[in-house]
Amino acid sequence: MVDTLTEIRHEYAVKTMNVVKEYIMGKQTLRALKGVSIEIRAGEYISIMGPSGSGKSTLFNMIGGLDKPSSGKVYIDEVDISGLDAFELAWLRCRKIGYIFQTFNLIPVMTALENVTLPMIFAGMTTQDALDKGAELLSLVGLGDRIRHKPLELSGGQQQRVACARALANDPAIILADEPTGNLDLKTGHEIIELLRHLNKEKGVTIISATHDLKMLDASDRIIWIRDGLVDKIEARADLDIGVGTLQGEEV
Amino acid sequence: MTSDAMTRAGIQRQIKLPNSEAVKIAVRSIKIRFWRSLITTAGIVLAIAFLTYVMVSGAIQTFVIPEDAIEPVGLTAQQQATRIWLIAISLLVCVVGISNAMLMSVTERYREIGTMKCLGALDWFVVKLFLIEAAFQGLIGSAVGALTGFIAAILVGLTAHGLLLFPSMPWGRAFSHVLIALVVGCLLAVVGAVYPARRAGKMPPADAMRTEI
Ligand SMILES: Nc1ncnc2c1ncn2[C@@H]1O[C@H](COP(=O)(O)OP(=O)(O)OP(=O)(O)O)[C@@H](O)[C@H]1O
Ligand SMILES: [Mg+2]
Repeated sequence: MVDTLTEIRHEYAVKTMNVVKEYIMGKQTLRALKGVSIEIRAGEYISIMGPSGSGKSTLFNMIGGLDKPSSGKVYIDEVDISGLDAFELAWLRCRKIGYIFQTFNLIPVMTALENVTLPMIFAGMTTQDALDKGAELLSLVGLGDRIRHKPLELSGGQQQRVACARALANDPAIILADEPTGNLDLKTGHEIIELLRHLNKEKGVTIISATHDLKMLDASDRIIWIRDGLVDKIEARADLDIGVGTLQGEEV
Repeated sequence: MTSDAMTRAGIQRQIKLPNSEAVKIAVRSIKIRFWRSLITTAGIVLAIAFLTYVMVSGAIQTFVIPEDAIEPVGLTAQQQATRIWLIAISLLVCVVGISNAMLMSVTERYREIGTMKCLGALDWFVVKLFLIEAAFQGLIGSAVGALTGFIAAILVGLTAHGLLLFPSMPWGRAFSHVLIALVVGCLLAVVGAVYPARRAGKMPPADAMRTEI
């Protein structure tokens, strides 16, 4: 199988070069991203911070192959994703990247278990294997006893944990999270961050998370600040320790 | 970069949606949105009931021998024309009603479609799911509709001819009309769903998920 080849670790999990995204609304053009170039190494935990409307979600969509940049390039594992056809793009979304959204985005008509198994079914796993692995992932996120519940029968935090389990379904190399704690209270948000941190440490999953949440900073290796569609600054956590310390002090 | 080189870089292309899974998902969507699906299906039922009624009662008028005659009276040219009109209109009602219902059920699920695409669904999967759903709704709706229309036509025939209806009733023809109505119902449901399903399938996931209904 070619599968062994996918195990090769590329140095950069994600690279963007001068990514521009323009939204055309009637006569107006809105430049949501004005040339963003970032490099994210495999195994890093990255937080993308910035004020509302700065372009975090837009960048997230570009990196995740959920939308096309107006110009510039996005590389996932050193492959330019603008060159991929629909099948390859679907494969990338299915196997390489796991997505977590602020609004959870579970499929309402499916149980927790079915939500988690869906990407595995797309990936060609047999139903039984998918069910076994789905149950295992749900217990990993602490929902082993809730696998038959529909999303609406779960709390926000529980739904987000289902979403985390789903993001892990096909052992992705990268997890993209757009404000994963945005709709959660402090404690539940913290649990999700812990979970992401754990996955990052134990499984070496690259985590890229857009957030307003200062708690997130503590978990991340580097913080990319976005302002007005441009990279404002990039900081390593080491440079940030004092700041976060006081911020956390205020919070408690 | 060639496709070959890409494979080496670790990007592959195999993504699946087995038919059994697709059917399961589609059936579940119908079941879960039971009342919602019922409304969609009701549109199909009404249109197909009307179509069946017009066709079967036409057959009754053409072939059943009234009490005071020795031969069927048949349809006048004008009645014939009216009948064709009625059939055409009921078909039109079918197409418009079904496409509208399908358009609704697709638009109210943009977010779900976007999510599926994030999980690796191909455009074609989305289309497939909606078409299967439409086919089921078409089948159930037109079965109920054809039965209703058929019974209605028989009842009306009975009031006109009394029990004399039965000896000269063109059963074979009536059943073939029912069958035609069934096929038409299913076909229209699927055809009516193609456009909205394809539109939903083609949307970039980011746009699909942004849409709030
Ligand atoms: N589909 C779209 N059409 C038009 N404008 C858009 C679209 N998507 C985003 N924008 C605009 O692009 C800019 C960046 O939006 P984006 O959603 O990326 O911000 P954000 O940093 O994620 O904000 P928040 O923290 O509030 O989620 C905003 O001004 C927004 O109005
Ligand atoms: Mg956002």
